[in-house]
Parts: sequence; structure tokens; C-alpha cells
Amino acid sequence: MLKTGLKTMLLTAVAMTAFAGAASAGKLTIESWRNDDATIWKEKIIPAFQAKHPDITVEFTPTAPKEYNAALNARLEGGTAGDIITCRPFDASLELFNKGHLAGLNDLPSMAGFSDVAKSAWTTDDGKTTFCVPMASVIHGFIYNKDIFAELKLAEPKTEEEFLAVLEAIKKDGKYVPLVLGTNDQWEAATMGFQNIGPNYWKGEKGRKKLIDGTGKLTDPEYVNTFAALAKWAPYMGDGYKAQTYPDSQNLFGLGKGAIYAAGSWDISTFRGQDVPMGAFKAPPPAGSADCYISDHTDIGIGMNAKSANAADAKVFLDWIGSDEFANILGNALPGFFPLSNAKVTLTDDVAQTFVSWRGECKSTIRDSYQILSRGTPNLENEMWNVSAQVLNGTMTPEAAGAQLEDGLKKWYAPHQK
Amino acid sequence: MADAKAGAGNAIVGMGRGSYAMLLVFFLGPAVVIYTVFSIYPLLATIFNSLYLRQPDGAYIFNGLGNFQTLLTDTTWSAPFWNAFRNNCYFFLIHMLVQNPIGLALAAMLSLPRLRFRATYRTLIFMPTMLSVVIIGFTWQLILSPLWGISKMFLNAFGLGFLFAPWLGQESTALITVSLISVWQFVGIPMILIYTALLAIPEELIDAATVDGLNQFQAFIWVKLPLIFPTIGLVSVLTFVNNFNAFDLIYAMKGALAGPNFSADIMGTLFYRTFFGNQLQLGDLSMGSTIATMMFLIILIGIMCYLFLIQRRMQRYSF
Repeated sequence: MLKTGLKTMLLTAVAMTAFAGAASAGKLTIESWRNDDATIWKEKIIPAFQAKHPDITVEFTPTAPKEYNAALNARLEGGTAGDIITCRPFDASLELFNKGHLAGLNDLPSMAGFSDVAKSAWTTDDGKTTFCVPMASVIHGFIYNKDIFAELKLAEPKTEEEFLAVLEAIKKDGKYVPLVLGTNDQWEAATMGFQNIGPNYWKGEKGRKKLIDGTGKLTDPEYVNTFAALAKWAPYMGDGYKAQTYPDSQNLFGLGKGAIYAAGSWDISTFRGQDVPMGAFKAPPPAGSADCYISDHTDIGIGMNAKSANAADAKVFLDWIGSDEFANILGNALPGFFPLSNAKVTLTDDVAQTFVSWRGECKSTIRDSYQILSRGTPNLENEMWNVSAQVLNGTMTPEAAGAQLEDGLKKWYAPHQK
Repeated sequence: MADAKAGAGNAIVGMGRGSYAMLLVFFLGPAVVIYTVFSIYPLLATIFNSLYLRQPDGAYIFNGLGNFQTLLTDTTWSAPFWNAFRNNCYFFLIHMLVQNPIGLALAAMLSLPRLRFRATYRTLIFMPTMLSVVIIGFTWQLILSPLWGISKMFLNAFGLGFLFAPWLGQESTALITVSLISVWQFVGIPMILIYTALLAIPEELIDAATVDGLNQFQAFIWVKLPLIFPTIGLVSVLTFVNNFNAFDLIYAMKGALAGPNFSADIMGTLFYRTFFGNQLQLGDLSMGSTIATMMFLIILIGIMCYLFLIQRRMQRYSF
């Protein structure tokens, strides 16, 4: 009697669990490292999605950025990861796809709304399968202090020549640091310097692809000239820029002591907090350039757990991530992170709007060290930090910088060994 | 007192074999377990890992001593490795030449008989040792900052502004600057160790020396110094081990690439970068372990040299 009772209870429990499972069929969990954005997801993005799809509930469950990769890997291996996975760009996500943790998303209708550059960070090396929907990018350029420009009667420079003339004028006046950039942390020199102005020299995607297939070398004039252009900045950087850290740079410009800041668009929100009167101009192309190119670097994507129990709903959600509606919400909620779809986006932040408007004027490319080329030893990205900082410090010639990068790449990358 | 000792001895002698074993387990067990789990096992696991090679697809295959050969002969690895080793030796040398003599001098001054505020000095000098490196790194970065640092204004106030340079950012000065900050932080340790050794020297010896006509300084050189040589040896070994294991201060101030141009790169930062990766560089467990094993061997060799060549010849005095 007691036994039967127990059995019934167990059966009921099992049935209830099964029912509960069925009831939560319309529930999606998002894995992400963007815990800074948790409020925006909860208050803006998810409600907007649910207004269209009331039958699907979505929960945003972020992990701290530093632990994200390891924690996500563990959860994917253990089968406890969420349905939707926020994707780091390039190799980290590619590894997840190769291990079968991320599903291919070629059949997603909204994929058609993304350019190949936007998709490059989450596409296999052969270009056949895309496994994450591109979500946001960061754009490089220069932010300037409008008050200082007005005081010294300066205009936004359109060419490299004008850029140097503006720097010279600010230096002559002597009250402000002409160009805010430090080399202490090294990545600033490479990311805000080399990768910022470089695309104009190596013609964006064209040059980047040539590096990957081995027809272009880092000793070619386009790279050496980029370093030569960087070297010309040294006299205009702050006193003691060699020991200036990234927070130092942010403070220098944020406090209104610097005129021009070599920027990544993510800095916009930092300076908004300090009420700097800002304007922005894109990397000024060298004399004789017909086209212009900008670094529009893919940073965040979003994909689907291949083992999700709720694949159909997950696809509905990912398709919506690719929509114009999502692009507009994201761009306005996070000024400085730009949606990657071809959708026409109107941003209320005027500086962010200036940055994104360059997409219409110039061709977009990503940082050239990110895809494939930083897989070996020595690591190309690390080498770029090192030589860019040295060129700005004046301890290395542009030719030597190009030669060191090429030598490093040649050691392990077959297409450059020919 | 003597009775109690004898009592304890009798108790052990009278014990059965089983209970004696129990007693051993009781007293040695915790130490054995803790050392095994937190020290011996990680060490063996690291050496084990260093024998494997990471494949491009992320798998690991057995490679014998191949990683060590790569590390020492392939210039991709050997150039950064020897650079880090050289920098590390330099880092150690600065500590030996600056930190330990200053520590000795401070200890000697603290043990002067008529010194006032002794405890205050002792505490103040020892204080930085107890602070977090992150705080020390940040504070010194601010002090030395060419933008907001007080060092520049300080030099200017004495008309010495031309001497100022962005010391932390120059290839020629970055390592020595970081080394001196580390010296500033840790000078309290040799000071305290030597100070306690000086306190243990009996007054009679100094009195006898004074009667023989030695002044304070001579008494220090000819009587006290020889008596504290064993402590100075100990301090040197501690400095050696800590310096070749150093990592945190350089990482906090100069990042994992320890620039410019790896001029402040030491074994600890090289290991960190290799094992945990950096930006786009993925972590490499096996090469990281190889570097860690090399660090272990270097420290081991250093300590052996000390034990066999120096410690054995050292004379000890008991009072």
C-alpha cells in the first residue's frame, strides 16, 4: 500500500516536471559578458521583442567579462548553457562552432541584411558558414573638443596634411595638448593609432585580404607609410606621453586639457559623463586618396546553442536581432556601439551619429590582425602593440616596424613563407 | 620544566606502536596534506604539462623534452626567454645592491641604543610591505606621472626640472624604475630580519669591544656584522626566490607585455602571457608550464648553490 502510494507520488512528480518542461518551451536564456548592459536588455530590448512575440519569454543572464569565456565553455560542455550565446569575435567563437557548440545560421532570413565585413568575425575561414548574427561594432576616428577648436578658429581636418596643420596650430598656441594618446599601455598606440589611420593606406578590406592570402606583406609601402604617418604625431602628443596610460588619456581629454583624442567610439559615453563639448572627424586620408576607409570593428555577435531544446524560438529571436527595430534600440541605448546591419539607423547622440554616418561616406574594414593572422607565435596583435608604441616613442623606424611584423608572421604563417 | 620534558619523553617511550603512528599522523598529517595539495601536486602537474605539446586544433600530444628544446633554441621563444631571464637577473641585482644594504643600514640605525621613536620608524618603514601591489603600482604611477605627478613639480621646485623624464615609459629606464619601486616596497623585510638578529647579540660582546677601544661604528663592522652573516645569507636567498618569482608589480604597472619593447619583461610576466594568453593570443598550457618549470629549475639551482657553496662554510655562533 505504502509502496503504491510512493510510486504514484513519484509518477506525479515526473509528470509535473515534464509538464513544467513543456510549459517553459517558449523560454529563452541569453548568455553574455555584457553585464554593463543588463538594464538595457531588461528594460528596452526584451520588452520590445516580447511586444511582437508575447509567447516567448526571454531572460538575460550575464557573466562577468573576465570569466565569460571559461564559464561559457564549462556550461556548454556540461550541457547547462543557455539557448542564446553572445559571441566574442573571431577565434574564440570559431572554436565553439568547430566543437559543435554553436549552430550554423546561414538559413536565418535576416542574415541577408549584413555585409560580408560585418559577418567576417563569425564566419568559417572558407567563408561558407556564418554562426552568429553580427550585433555591434566599434568605429575608430578622432574626437575633438569643440570649444578649443572654436577658440583657436580651427576647422575639422579633411586630409592628413590639414590634420598635421591643425596639430601644429594647437601646439603653437601652447595652451592645450594637441593630440591625446599615450604609449604606456601599448594597445592604445596600435588600436587608436595604427588601426585607426591604417585602412586609408592599405585600402581597407582589399589590403586586409591580401595580407591573409599572402600577396601583401607587412613590409609593403602601405604599412611602412602608416607607421611613417604615426611617427609624425610624436611632437604633438602630451608631455611625457611615453608614460601616459589609457586612463591618463581619458582624463586629459575629459578635463578639457587636450584638443584631439585618438578614439574608439566606445569612449563617447565616457566623455558624455564629463560634459565635454565633442565633435568627431574620421581618420584623415593621405594626399591623393580617391576613397576613404574606416575601421568599423566587429565586436559583439549573438548565436544559438546547437543543443538548445528550444531551437525554433531561438531562431525567431535571432532573426529579430537582425531587424531594423533592434538596430535602432541598440544604437541609441549604447552610444558608441553600432549595430552592424545595413538598416538605416537614426541615433540621437550627435557624436555617435557622426561616427556612424562615415559608413555611408567610406568603406568599412576591420582590424587587420584579428582574422586568422594572430593564431601563431609570435602573436601578430602583440607585435603590433609593441612596434606601434616604439614607432610613436621614436625608438624604431617605420621600415624596421614593418620588417619585424613580417618576420614574425613569416615564422608560422604559410602564405607568407613563399 | 625539566620534569615536564622528561614526562613527555616517557610517555612516548611507553607508547604502543599504533598510538605512536597515530601521534605522527596527528602532528604531521595536516602539513603533509596541505603541502601535497597546494604545493607538491601543482608542481608535479606543471612538470607533467610541460612534456606535452598543444596542437593547432587544441589537443595535446606527448612531446618529451621537445618544449624545452623549443624554448631554448627556437629564436621565437628563446629571444623573449633570455630577455626575460636577463631582465630578471638585473631585477635581482638591483635588489641585492640597493634593497639589502639599505635594509642593513636601517636595521643598524634602529638598533642604536639612544634612538627615539624606534617603534614609529619601524612601523612606517615596514608599512609598504603590507600594502597591496595594486595600490603601490597605482600610487607610484601617479607620483611619477608626467601629467599629474608630484615628482615633476618637486624637481621643478629645486630647479632640477630638466632631470625629469617619463621614467616608466622609456626603454632604458622602465626596468630600473619598477625595480626601485619594488625595493621601496620590500625594504622592510631585510630590515626586520636583520634587526631581530642584531637584537639577539648579547650586550657583553659589545661592552667588551667598547672596553677594547672600539667605537660604535667599528663595533658594528667588526663584531655585529660577522655575527649576522647567517641572517644576511637568509635574506639574500629570500630575495633571490622572491625576485625570480616576481610578477605582480610589473603586471600592475606595465601590463602583460611589460613594455616598451619588453624592456621590463621578467620570467613571471612572460609565463603569464604564455600560459593565460593576452588579447588575441590564446593561452598555451604546455609552453606556459615549460616556462614555469624553467623558473623552478633556475630557483632550485640558485638555492643549491647557496646551500652547498655558502651555507656550509658559514660559521655560526651560539650565545
